[in-house]
Amino acid sequence: MKNQSITNNIDWISIVIYVALVILGWLNIYSSSISSMQDTYEKQLIFIVLTIPLIFIILAVDGKFYEKYASIIFGISLLTLAGLFLFGKTIAGQRCWYAIGSFTIQPSEFAKAATSLALAKFLSDTQINLKDTNRQIQALAIIFLPVLLILPQPDPGSALIYSIFIIVLYREGLPGWYVLTGFVTILLFILTLLLEPQYVILIGLGVLIIVHLKSRLADRNIVLSSILLVLISAFVLSVDYVFDNLFKQHHRDRFNILLGRAVDLKGIGYNTNQSEIAIGSGGWLGKGFLEGTQTKGGFVPEQHTDYIFTTVGEEWGFAGSLVVIALFTGLFLRIIYLAERQKTKFSRVYGYCVAGILFTHFFVNIAMVVGIFPTIGVPLPFFSYGGSGLWGFTILLFIFIKMDANKVNEW
Amino acid sequence: MRKVLLPSLIILATSLLVIRIFYLQIVDDTLKLESENNAIKKKYEYPERGYIYDRKGKLLVANQASYDIMVIPREVKNTDTLEFCQLLNITKEDFIKKIEKAKIYSPRLPSVFLSQLNKSEFAAFQEKIRKYEGFYFQKRSLRDYEVNFGANIFGFITQVNEKLVAKNPYYNSGDLIGRQGVEESYEDLLRGIKGIKYIQKDKYNREIGSYKDGKYDTIAVQGEDINLTIDAELQKYGEELMINKRGGIVAIEPRTGEILALVTAPSYDPGILVGRQRSKNYTRLYRDSIAKPLYDRGLLAEYPPGSPFKILTGLVGLQEGVVNENSTYSCYGGFSYGRGRFQKCHCKIFGSVKLHNGIFRSCNAYFSNVYLQTIGKYAKPAYAVDVWSNHIKSFGLGQFMGYDLPTGKKGNVPNSKTYKKVYPNGGWRGTTIISNAIGQGEVLMTPIQLANMMATVANEGYYYTPHIIKKIEGHKIDKKFTTKHVTTIDKKYYKPMISGLFDVYNQGTAFGLRVEGIDICGKTGTAENFAKINGIRTKLEDHSIFVAFAPKDNPKIAIAILVENGGYGAAIAGPIASLMIEKYLRQKITRVDLEKRILATSLQSRYAKLGGLSEAIKLQLRISDSLLQKKKIIPSVKVKIDSTKENKKAI
Repeated sequence: MKNQSITNNIDWISIVIYVALVILGWLNIYSSSISSMQDTYEKQLIFIVLTIPLIFIILAVDGKFYEKYASIIFGISLLTLAGLFLFGKTIAGQRCWYAIGSFTIQPSEFAKAATSLALAKFLSDTQINLKDTNRQIQALAIIFLPVLLILPQPDPGSALIYSIFIIVLYREGLPGWYVLTGFVTILLFILTLLLEPQYVILIGLGVLIIVHLKSRLADRNIVLSSILLVLISAFVLSVDYVFDNLFKQHHRDRFNILLGRAVDLKGIGYNTNQSEIAIGSGGWLGKGFLEGTQTKGGFVPEQHTDYIFTTVGEEWGFAGSLVVIALFTGLFLRIIYLAERQKTKFSRVYGYCVAGILFTHFFVNIAMVVGIFPTIGVPLPFFSYGGSGLWGFTILLFIFIKMDANKVNEW
Repeated sequence: MRKVLLPSLIILATSLLVIRIFYLQIVDDTLKLESENNAIKKKYEYPERGYIYDRKGKLLVANQASYDIMVIPREVKNTDTLEFCQLLNITKEDFIKKIEKAKIYSPRLPSVFLSQLNKSEFAAFQEKIRKYEGFYFQKRSLRDYEVNFGANIFGFITQVNEKLVAKNPYYNSGDLIGRQGVEESYEDLLRGIKGIKYIQKDKYNREIGSYKDGKYDTIAVQGEDINLTIDAELQKYGEELMINKRGGIVAIEPRTGEILALVTAPSYDPGILVGRQRSKNYTRLYRDSIAKPLYDRGLLAEYPPGSPFKILTGLVGLQEGVVNENSTYSCYGGFSYGRGRFQKCHCKIFGSVKLHNGIFRSCNAYFSNVYLQTIGKYAKPAYAVDVWSNHIKSFGLGQFMGYDLPTGKKGNVPNSKTYKKVYPNGGWRGTTIISNAIGQGEVLMTPIQLANMMATVANEGYYYTPHIIKKIEGHKIDKKFTTKHVTTIDKKYYKPMISGLFDVYNQGTAFGLRVEGIDICGKTGTAENFAKINGIRTKLEDHSIFVAFAPKDNPKIAIAILVENGGYGAAIAGPIASLMIEKYLRQKITRVDLEKRILATSLQSRYAKLGGLSEAIKLQLRISDSLLQKKKIIPSVKVKIDSTKENKKAI
């Protein structure tokens, strides 16, 4: 174990994919900003170069460090989030940045890694059994603490990402009905917005009756089914209320556009419409690097940040989009594969968190850009412009790569 | 199972994204045609707007060719400004200003540089247009009015405002749209659907031909022609009779609810709102806050209806059974109702009065008695007022009538809630609200509501929602215009009322206005009005009101006339009504002297005395005298000081 290089045992597949994504990301930022005479691509290049020392530091730190200090890192992270309410800088209505000179940093980008560490640490305790309600509550508290600090900034996009931790908990033994309830809730929500509430309740009744009749005689529980029906009805009716009364108009608009209930191509539907046009104009092979007419024309707002994927779609076409998606998916599956291979529960849980967080960003972002998810501000990992984002994701990933490289040293 | 969830979720979600992207990029071509896609240019082909005919098929509104000069600021290069300006007859300052304005809208999208040039204005420029990069023209059709009347009915055509462009994807900046009148209410039919040609461009912005061989191109769909219910001759005659007067005329065919004439005075020649002078002329009309030519008095002027309302008071009394044809009251120059309160009456009956002579002599005392009985029928006046109010509302009053023109007023029919606000502690009785009996009080009606009331009486208890559309080729007119509305008054009660209205001409207040051979039923009305002149509340000349229908049997026309400051009902409104009826039923006028006198009557000197005081301000003053105001509980009955709201959107 002496003279061990920090590059020993690291997973080169993950690193190659990471580098490929960062380079592709930068090329697209270059393309989207070159015509508008912005220097964003230069800044992004600086951010990218700065990740190199960052990566070396992460890999050089002792592998046990992250487990040992997970709670402290989490605590510091929460403090930086809370500090925003006092010292934060407001940009575009969101108070999620610290400003140091002209340089801004967004602590919520780093909080995801910290939360993952804390959750991994909590679950790695052998005493923990997620069948136990108290433990469930504690685990959920770790997840919701940062969410509570992020939501009021307001940054619903970042907060949304934390929902993936439920899947991680499920992997570690959380009862399945949590996940099921989550999915059913989302399904009911969408159905309620699409249909009249009474029809959704009827559908719920129908499903319950079928489940009731199909289940074995001994399992039939008319009381439980009735309670479920009441809960479904209450939820459906309250969604109607919440949507009409608690949501802000711009949130409602985003759903309405998505569900095809409103057409306003020049106002609220502009972003999505423009990004769909840009992607749609790409065809099979795209218009070629720096040749995107929509990109050049500057039609897509926020193209170098949340809408960076439109450049991929327009200039690299379906083929290019497929490559980028394949790279991402490959990375996620690789991380899960590595996580399952871990010898400690701590690094397995952490690996799962990394895969989950990256995946959620990836899916929410691209789904939004292609118009199957409401407009919500979530960056595309490694691609979108922004130093905090890039470094946050890099730290998140490389801590895991370090853990993975370290696994031979365990025991 | 637990290990599989996240990987399966990832694969599922990724597949979903790939399918969606495949759909966007490969399957769905329509996105490539979107207007903001600057690789494909859209060229529009504007259809001709539908023609407008009158009920007999006479052409009223057609089209003429016109040309818009369009500009794409980014593409403007090396223009010989001097020659350019000479050809279009504009100054260099204009040129610079217009280019700047277009740039602000968008440097890369076309804007209208100069609009509505006629053939001769455009001819010289047409030959040289190729020289000017960034400029091109678009042929449009402009309205060509075949008649010089009916401006309030037609409305006008104007450029669509940017707000609507943002809201309605059909319209592009610079498109034309109908405003006011039938041009607005039947815009969707009249305008047709514009055609679109998609032109492929390369990245140097050069046109390289039709996109996908014109697979997505659409052909313009011609606008639909429409026939109005208006009788052009009658409309024209009505406008002539109203020259130098202010007011409105509404004539309806009772059997169908078709509007035969809709006159507002003063009005203007619809032709002045076409072409390059349009905006100057429009501004002049819009700014005229005194005569208000853009304010359609026939539809918008709410007044206490005065004596014609006695018809409804009588009908409700009969229906409620508080009186019959033979119930007798007495009138000696007025009507006293407790503790020294006295309502004057000018019927000069000085004796017993029944429904019949009560109507044709317009006796205040008779109808006040009927009204008191109606309100006194039930123990609670609140309940009785609601019963009365519902009867009145069954004539379509106190609500928007639902006709097919874009402006209107509800009028007002009070109910118990109204008086609950005035007297929160109760204590009001029939005598408190006695003014309603004779159409003063809180009741407000517009001329079209008055006309509809007469149509309902003529029909003995039903009406069709008034409408101005007669026929659209290939379409049915709206069902609501062929749905019968039946009043809450039984048919049998109309007979004695009609007989009284008939004798208004034979023995009553319109005795001098008979037309030989036509049996007319009518009712005079007079609306008092006041104004503050130099700070002193002054009574002004009354508004002259007249309602009528004819012939008595099988009525063909119901009409309401209002002439501002025209004096008592039979002075001006009555003659106009009888002339209109004669014109419509006989197509010629026998009483040439009367016609001459009315045509020559000018009230301009009376209006001049009012100075800049608009009618609406006077109305506000008069309403401020009403019961509601005296109690200072309802702050002020909302009366629009001018037609601002009605016309603002047209700017």
